Amino acid sequence: MTTQITNARPAAGPRKESRRRPPASSTTKVGRPGFAWALPAAVFFVLFAIVPLIMVAVLSFMSWDGLSSPEFVGTDNWSRLIDDPVMLKSIWLTLLLTVLGVVLQTPLSILLGVWAAGHQRNRAVLSVIYFIPLLLSATAVSVLWRALLDPNFGIPASATWLFGDGNLFGEQATAIGVLAFVSTWQFTPFHTLIYQGAARAVPPVLYQAAAIDGAGRYRQFFHITLPQLRTSMITSMILMIVGGLTTFETVLILTQGGPGTDTTISAYYMYDKAFKSFDYGTGSAIALVLVVAATIISLVVVRVSGYDKMRSSMEGVS
Amino acid sequence: MRRRPNYVAGAGSLVWLFLVGLPLYVLLAATLRTRQDYAENGPVSFPDSFTLDNYTGAFDSGFGQYFLNTLVVTASVIAIVLLLVPPLAYAIVRSRGRATSAIFRLFLLGLAIPAQAVIVPMFYLISEAGLYDNLLGVILPTAAFCLPMSALILSGAMRDISPELYEAMAMDGASPRRMFFQLVMPLSRGGLSTIVVFSALQAWNGFLFPLVLTQSDSTKVVTLGLYNFQTEHGIDIPGLLGAVVLSMVPVLLVYLFARRALVQGLMGVGGK
Repeated sequence: MTTQITNARPAAGPRKESRRRPPASSTTKVGRPGFAWALPAAVFFVLFAIVPLIMVAVLSFMSWDGLSSPEFVGTDNWSRLIDDPVMLKSIWLTLLLTVLGVVLQTPLSILLGVWAAGHQRNRAVLSVIYFIPLLLSATAVSVLWRALLDPNFGIPASATWLFGDGNLFGEQATAIGVLAFVSTWQFTPFHTLIYQGAARAVPPVLYQAAAIDGAGRYRQFFHITLPQLRTSMITSMILMIVGGLTTFETVLILTQGGPGTDTTISAYYMYDKAFKSFDYGTGSAIALVLVVAATIISLVVVRVSGYDKMRSSMEGVS
Repeated sequence: MRRRPNYVAGAGSLVWLFLVGLPLYVLLAATLRTRQDYAENGPVSFPDSFTLDNYTGAFDSGFGQYFLNTLVVTASVIAIVLLLVPPLAYAIVRSRGRATSAIFRLFLLGLAIPAQAVIVPMFYLISEAGLYDNLLGVILPTAAFCLPMSALILSGAMRDISPELYEAMAMDGASPRRMFFQLVMPLSRGGLSTIVVFSALQAWNGFLFPLVLTQSDSTKVVTLGLYNFQTEHGIDIPGLLGAVVLSMVPVLLVYLFARRALVQGLMGVGGK
């Protein structure tokens, strides 16, 4: 530890270090920065992310209404949460929406990504339009679709032959459908970019060899393209899952968790408990469940794909 | 190599063109027509009126102020990220110390923390610090949540600098500080522009922190303005959509002039 602090002083660092380590390739060790270079960012991050993260665990064992001081109540919040039917329902709804997102977006974005990876001019022009949803914030996307699907003035009202009474927000099935559709609309372009980059990175020689062997387009797609996209598929699906777990604006703006609690997913239930019912303790407990789920999944990210593979999936992106 | 047209992918892309094109047409058309025209003829019809009232109306209902606030938040977040991340990434890439690799692991772990997870304690901390309903209270957590992905992007870019260049400078007796300013910073311009765009998008599109940490009009950001406009004047759809279009103009400009940096910044957003 002390040597590292010494290294932090650039002028004093290099020579002392070479005394401690074997002298082989000593030139590469000269002039290395110490950990003091990383310190300001680390302190800032600990203060505004790690400390709150620890506090969320502490607050989940406390009762706090936002006005008086928080008080310890043991496991009260947790035992109430375990018996809360809405919490259980919210977990199922979160899982349902996440699975729907993966099932809808994966085939669509693979298809579009492979198509957009071609270098034809019309594809380049159309791609520009395809990726426009990426320019809108989640808030803008949700506000836009809330307006487009408005029961009285939106598209459903002028296409009753398709939408019945036009109120897609009145029933659970259609409300979930709207949420899944809007998420797909918003995020498919992003995943398309991932697959576009990956499809461009497939060595052309594989296709040439397959063509010589007489493999048609569909065999090439299933036997060359898809296997080559495997790592990107893992990356993309994990991002979809994490995104699904943390969906919030879409629900807040489109359905407010309704009708009733029929689209109250966990992240929205957390917000509802904490900032609408002013039960910050229970809100923290729900938040902790979200953290644990997200952490497990991103540990899987690091294990299964590794972040340097994530970088390679970005190559070829234009 | 001559190829037949790919009908399946072509058909899929046409369906997607329709799904993206129709809402965008409705969005643009609605903002250029009167409210009455929109209500009577429906969203998909061709406008028979022309007006810019929906855009001027957005400014009348406070969006000028909201834009200014969002600009302040975005610029400050970029400044904090540019101040903190390059030295951090430099240390991650070049330092051999154990403390630095512990810090790197901390940031890798930080990638997994969603903003929703810490919003309750953040509300507590920011209130206790007297920063509730203050733009600074939005800027600090937003910047903190940009750090992990920015560190990852920039250290990736800095790894591409060849070790020979460092060695050459070390031969001349250069200090880490001189290497940082004369070698590392100039050679990681691509990574720097990516993290600028990434943090700008995070700040510009941020919603949860402003929603929970501010309340008055004087600290409202654009995304929150859209949300409030929708809940308060939900019936004035052309006006609402005018505000939506205005909110995407700056991103559109970046898209036109710095497409590559934007796309890479967006990939970072998704990796969040």
